[in-house]
Amino acid sequence: MLTRRIIPCLDVRDGRVVKGVQFRNHEDVGDILDLALRYRDEGADELVFYDITASVDDRTVSPDWVSRVSRALDIPFCVAGGIKTVEAAGARLAAGADKISINSPALIRPDLVNELSEAYGVQCIVVGIDSFADGETYRVKSHTGDPDKMRETGRLTVDWVKDVVSRGAGEIVLNCMNQDGVRKGYDIEQLKSVRAVCDVPLIASGGAGAVQHFEDVFKQAHVDGALAASVFHKSVIAIPDLKADLRGAGIEIRL
Amino acid sequence: MSLVIVDTGCANLASVRYAFERLGVAPIISDDAQVIEAAQRIVLPGVGSAPFAMKNIHAKNLKPVLQALTQPVIGICLGMQLLFETLDEGGKKVAGLGLVKGSVSKLDTADLPAPHMGWNSLELVKEDPLLTGVQSGEFAYFVHSYAADLSEATLAQTEYGAPFSAIVRQNNVWGCQFHPERSSKTGAKILKNFLDIKL
Repeated sequence: MLTRRIIPCLDVRDGRVVKGVQFRNHEDVGDILDLALRYRDEGADELVFYDITASVDDRTVSPDWVSRVSRALDIPFCVAGGIKTVEAAGARLAAGADKISINSPALIRPDLVNELSEAYGVQCIVVGIDSFADGETYRVKSHTGDPDKMRETGRLTVDWVKDVVSRGAGEIVLNCMNQDGVRKGYDIEQLKSVRAVCDVPLIASGGAGAVQHFEDVFKQAHVDGALAASVFHKSVIAIPDLKADLRGAGIEIRL
Repeated sequence: MSLVIVDTGCANLASVRYAFERLGVAPIISDDAQVIEAAQRIVLPGVGSAPFAMKNIHAKNLKPVLQALTQPVIGICLGMQLLFETLDEGGKKVAGLGLVKGSVSKLDTADLPAPHMGWNSLELVKEDPLLTGVQSGEFAYFVHSYAADLSEATLAQTEYGAPFSAIVRQNNVWGCQFHPERSSKTGAKILKNFLDIKL
């Protein structure tokens, strides 16, 4: 059986792993390689590295740390941030990233998703979506790395999911921004609504604060993976305990 | 140990190279026929589409070179699929290398999300030196939309919607549908076994 994935997310700024609350007030939580290997050893199924300022400041992810991570890791990892062209994506894949994830650049030029999937295959193209609850509806925001540059896109989240999947996205990471960093649980209702229209793997992001939240999101929203940052970085939840508890709750988990 | 990773012009070669480096081998990445023929081990890697990869193999005139090898060869992911006789990808039928009997077609995932992405378990169906120390139930990391049917060549199978070949062997040629370079200790055992194989 395919197992559900536990995915620590490492937000990277200036070569360090950082974490903020609702994308603000970033604090330093450690060195990229140290944290990557720690999570690998604890049983993480995959890692995501988001260069959170890249898209905003027009920088690209340094392929240097991508290859350092790839040399050391024997689990898959995804690189996000600042990838605006087929060439930039190719450089990261060539450096040893297994997948690349795009967010704001896809909103600016959706054809980028088609170009990437045609060049490298759908299996390594992830689209990250920052979604904000606006009453009963969910809307997509872009450039969320910097609150001063954050933009409304005018897109409904479910429409954007369907659009990027039809263009060749092989996986969706849905970051529910109302929940991000506040540890009150994943946005189950929103994830269920996206799951219903998303026939590629779906990863939940934003809100993890307790083991129960992971169990809920797997059992109720049927996501393929659950991404979290602060609860792992701050050792609120230990991955081995989390995975043992989830397996005990009847969820397919790799131990 | 000399090991060549065949440069098919489209693959993510670095992660496979690093995995062998972690095992103490320094792979050579090459599309040169003489370099490939002289190596003790050959790895056919793969990310991307089968028609594109086969086009590159033809353009580099590597098909007869790869078909004539007698030393241990392993194909990984798309590289495994290229070993088969017929590849069906994106509605196009393409001739593969024909080193393993059978064909590759779109994985029928039924109602499950596609591509098949993540850690899934291996069920061993035949003994083989490649599987020394590996047991049924161990997990490997898969990322693919196409797969080879079960056949006489199947050493291990995995199920996602339907069962398919996770590991195959025919003569001196092995293939893994998953990524051993990203499959933690299980993957490392398989790559180590590949280095240790005696034909």
